[in-house]
Order: sequence, then C-alpha cells, then structure tokens
Amino acid sequence: MRVVIIDYGAGNIKSIQFAFKRLGIDAKLSNNPKEILAADKIIFPGVGEASSAMKKLVECKLDKVIPTLKQPVLGICLGMQLLCNYTEEGNSKGLGVFNANVKRFSKDVKVPQIGWNNIKNLKSDLFKNIKDNEYMYLVHSYYAENCNQTIAITNYNIKYASALQHKNFYGVQFHPEKSSKSGAQLLQNFIDL
Amino acid sequence: MLAKRIIPCLDIKDGRTVKGINFVDLIDAGNPVQLAKHYAKAGADELVFLDISATLENRNTTLDMVLHVAEQVDIPFTVGGGISFVEDVDALLKCGADKVSVNSSAIKRPDLINELSKKFGSQCITVAIDAKQIECEWIVYLAGGTIRSELKLFEWAKEVEVRGAGEILFTSMNNDGTKDGFANKALARLSNDLNIPIIASGGAGNIQHFLDVFKDGKADAALAASVFHFGEIEILELKKELKKKNIEMRL
Repeated sequence: MRVVIIDYGAGNIKSIQFAFKRLGIDAKLSNNPKEILAADKIIFPGVGEASSAMKKLVECKLDKVIPTLKQPVLGICLGMQLLCNYTEEGNSKGLGVFNANVKRFSKDVKVPQIGWNNIKNLKSDLFKNIKDNEYMYLVHSYYAENCNQTIAITNYNIKYASALQHKNFYGVQFHPEKSSKSGAQLLQNFIDL
Repeated sequence: MLAKRIIPCLDIKDGRTVKGINFVDLIDAGNPVQLAKHYAKAGADELVFLDISATLENRNTTLDMVLHVAEQVDIPFTVGGGISFVEDVDALLKCGADKVSVNSSAIKRPDLINELSKKFGSQCITVAIDAKQIECEWIVYLAGGTIRSELKLFEWAKEVEVRGAGEILFTSMNNDGTKDGFANKALARLSNDLNIPIIASGGAGNIQHFLDVFKDGKADAALAASVFHFGEIEILELKKELKKKNIEMRL
C-alpha cells in the first residue's frame, strides 16, 4: 500500500504522517506529480489561508494533477475546502471537485470554531465502525455548504458539510489525525476503501 | 454541538515535566510523552505544554519532546513559553505542535501576533494573558506574572483579537493556586466582548468550579494543572459530572 501525503508547504503534515505510522503505515510526503499519480491512496492536507495555499498548489502544478486523480483521495481541513468550487477566504477559486462553496462562519458564533463537535447523518464506508454523533476535532473559520455530496453534517449555529464525497474524492473538515480513536478508525477506513 | 474542552497543562523544563506529579500507573511521570498519553487516554480534550526552560540549548530539547508527543499522542496540543520569533513557531509547528501560545513577546512587540496569524493562520495562534485585579482594574503582567505592564486586560484582549489571535488563554493571577474557583466575572466579560474562544485558567479546585466556569464564566475551555496532576480530580469523572449538569462534553 503506497500512501502519499501531498506536501505543498501548507500546514502541519507531520501529525498526519505520525497518525499513519500509528496504524503501521509508512506514508510518504511528496509534491512530485509522478509519485502522487503512482500512489494507491492520497492525502491532500492543508492548514492556513486558502488563497495562498492555492497559489502554492499552482506553483507545484498540482492544481491540474489533483482533479484528474483516479485513486481514493482524502482532503483534510483546508484540503477539503480547496477541493470545492469557490471559497470566500481570499476570494479564491477552488479545484471544483466538490459542488459546494466555502463560506465564513457568521458573527453569531465564535470564530474560529475550535474543539470537538459531532458528525451526523454519516453516509459512507469512510465512517464504518464510527457511530453517528461521534465527536471529531475541528479548528476552522470557514465551512463548506451543505450539498448533495454531503456525507456528514456538523452543527455550529448552522448545519454544514463536515464531510463530502464525489466519486473517488473524499473530504473531511475535521482532523482525523487529532481525533483520538475515531479519527484513527476513519484513516484506517480510508486505507481499506 | 461544540463540546467544552478540558485541558491539563504540563510545565516542561529541559524536556521533562516539572511540579510534583504523582501517578502510580506511570513508570516515569517526569516523561512528558508518557504523561501526555496518560491524559489523552483519560479523556483530556487537548493538552498545553508550557516550556519554562531558561536556555536556548534546552529549548531544542523541547523541540525533540514536541516531536515525540506528536508521534504518540492523538489529541491536539499547544506549546507555549519563550516564543519570540516567527522561526520559533515554524520550528514547533514543523515538529507537530497544533498550536502555539505567546505571552510576553506579544506584549513587548504586538506586531508579532499579526505576523504569526498571517503566516500560519489564526487557528494555531493562542495568546496567553496573565492579569491581576488591583482594586477595580485588571492589569496585564508579563514574564510569568513577575512584571507589571501598562496594559489593561479587556483592552489588550480586544487588541489581541483584532491583530489575529485565534484564541485567548486567560489566567487570573488572583485565582491561580487558590483552588477557590475561576475568575468567572472577568471571563464572562471577555467572552461577551470578544468573538474568539476563551480558555479559562487559574483557580480550579473542584468539579463545581468547572461547572461555574462554563455556566457563569462562559468559557469555551478550562485549563488546570495540579488538580489533575495530583489526581484530586479524575478527568473522566469530571466530564461525566459536567455532562449530567447539561454541559456539552465529549465522552
């Protein structure tokens, strides 16, 4: 099993690599399109600001590569948001894999949302052995709108898509690598897809 | 619903935990990695490491520790203490820290907050504020509460938010170490004034204090050290009790 974590200079990828190591999987970091295309499973991480992360993707020419991938891809946090059509953060175009837009939380709630919140209406094998209402760790100021590709919702004043799926592309807003046992289960499920 | 967080705080010196921590089930309670794993298993939602090492060489020991914690612990953690430059934060995040907390260096040079949040994103920048209520005024202190600044708590907190902090860790020096409860009035005002999460610190002594800090203090998270380290409060039991009282908890 070749697992590649896309390393394009956006955020804390060490934790994701360690989470796979705890599952006995040696995940490689790479920004090389050839290595990414040759992987069995691909993690598309991301932390930080959307428009600058998008720029980094373009610099590595990964903006063209990622949408063409045929193997299972898991976008995490900003990685998931960048797979969407558009994000309000930095008024940035996304990769257009998911048919959803990304918006900023309203001023009615504290922003960023930091902490453990429930995921509900789970609709994918990605959530095998994970119970409805399970808590996952989230830290974000922008959210993906609920749409027909939603496979999990979370409620933070509004109900938004905390996970999305389109064909071989999966995205989670929460951090499975930081979400204790249920997060590890999700990463294992992704490997087992 | 977003759960309220319970956060044990570990003081680290030269890569080892300090303060007399006694856990019978730990072979080496001075080993921060073992202790962190213990707390993660016990139900802690997050961890804070406060580095009180005095020298630069020993700070490198801390980076090594951060790497080992990230390798073995599957809940988020924050590292604070002695962070003055963008490079310090870069190194900590690269070793796997999820968030960093800055205190004195932000008071001395507030632009640091802007620089950090711009480079790494607000979500990983916590600003720690130590303050003492003197007569009716809350005054901000620096250097571990040893030096009085010119800043007033509520003004500084607002400025910190505007400059891009993602979260505030407020320690009331009046309450810290008393085990008489948190500074709920000041906490509630912070929570109402600001639109970023507030972590309450200083004063935890019993379960009721945690209930009060979430209900009256409107805190998003509560941090404590000795009550957890000395086993006076078991985290799982605390969370179960709070859940019974209708506080949202991850169990």
